Amino acid sequence: MAMPRAPHGRRAPKQGLLASLDALARGALPTVLTILAMVLAGGVAFMPGLIAATALPCVFFWSVFRPAAMPPPAVFGLGLLLDLLTATPLGIGILILLVVHGVARATRRFLARQGFLLVWLAFAGFALAAGLLGWVLQALLGWRLPPLAPGLWQVVLTIGLYPILAWPLGRLQAGLIDAEVTA
Amino acid sequence: MIRLSIPLRQALSRLSLPLLIAAAFGIMLLGKADTVIAERARTVLADLLTPIWGAVQAPVDAVRNAVDEADRLIHMRSENARLREENELLRRWQAAALSLESENGLLRRQLAFIPEGAPTYRTARVVADGGGAYARAVLLAIGPGHVVRKGQVALDDRGYAGRVTEVGSRSARVLLATDMNSRVPVTLEGSRARALMAGGNTARPRLQHWPEGVMPQEGERVVTSAETGAFPAGLPVGVVRWSKSGAPEVELYAQLDRLEMVRLFEYGLGGILPPEAIARPDPKARR
Repeated sequence: MAMPRAPHGRRAPKQGLLASLDALARGALPTVLTILAMVLAGGVAFMPGLIAATALPCVFFWSVFRPAAMPPPAVFGLGLLLDLLTATPLGIGILILLVVHGVARATRRFLARQGFLLVWLAFAGFALAAGLLGWVLQALLGWRLPPLAPGLWQVVLTIGLYPILAWPLGRLQAGLIDAEVTA
Repeated sequence: MIRLSIPLRQALSRLSLPLLIAAAFGIMLLGKADTVIAERARTVLADLLTPIWGAVQAPVDAVRNAVDEADRLIHMRSENARLREENELLRRWQAAALSLESENGLLRRQLAFIPEGAPTYRTARVVADGGGAYARAVLLAIGPGHVVRKGQVALDDRGYAGRVTEVGSRSARVLLATDMNSRVPVTLEGSRARALMAGGNTARPRLQHWPEGVMPQEGERVVTSAETGAFPAGLPVGVVRWSKSGAPEVELYAQLDRLEMVRLFEYGLGGILPPEAIARPDPKARR
């Protein structure tokens, strides 16, 4: 940082170990934060379904706004963590998060340019579809029809949590872009 | 890092999502085929995270208490009126209980009745949600030298809450009475009829399989039954409430939405343990 900035144009990007460490930390930050949020959500014992309701908005947000920092293997890992933290049959969380990630990444060119409300509306659609997929998988793996009400509650919780999570994530994203421009 | 040509790297990144989705299906099959792996992985993870959850309980409790306090302030007047009414009723019950107690003592003396020993229990703190959308369970933090076993009965300060299903070195999972997989043999106290209380992931479990000729009465007390050797008889469970759709449900005494501490009772009953738990005894299981 001691180097004086050139008056015109961008500085040459940093080289070497420090720069690659910097990039690595920036790349891993979304995944690490999502893991942290899920673990903390688990600590709220009186609200079942909060862990899944935290994971889905985070994965959706980063898949749309910074897909390079939320690659499919990371989504897979988060899904596995979700399945292990909750008592759902293994694999359901992984599949749901991967599908949400895939569809979000495929539609990101459209979604990333929209305002907050429209993205939230789109997310509501994603959450509903994820809830439906979860219900069907639960029925198939458990081999009996699970009740609808808890699934709907889960969807409502997930949609309601999106703005609360998206605001700090949006600030973080702006901060990351700033850091990349000045780096 | 291995250097790959750009087209190859692009192809790999395009392939990774379908491959991982296939892997998710593979894990589903694996979890279905071998439930022990999933259970062990969950227990290891819960043991690892329990200290963190224990540490975040203080702020979580503080927030919840503040919300409760505000709620109480808002409803103070109506709450006061309700309590005065209830106090009146309880005074009458107290008189009845005292007279029954003296009568009971008298009868016991006449019968030379040997009283049952009070069961021992340990108290454990609830630190995390262990369920999900379609499961109702909580995780307990257990201290060192604290022997918790599968099958122990968990009660809160009012009544039956659930049962220990998985035990790790620092944590234990309790399947709550409201879980979809929870089945508890109960006795309807008015008619002494047996029934089954089945959870459905809603606040009130349903009553099933009561005998013909007996109808569960609204407000009737429900206690556990010793039918299958899984529970001691007479633990308080809840009261019967008929739902709007005309099905008898049990309003639990236990406040499952605000569990903070549970008491784990050891009755030495193994009636409901699944076969694999009996085939592979827990080395730590000592009484």
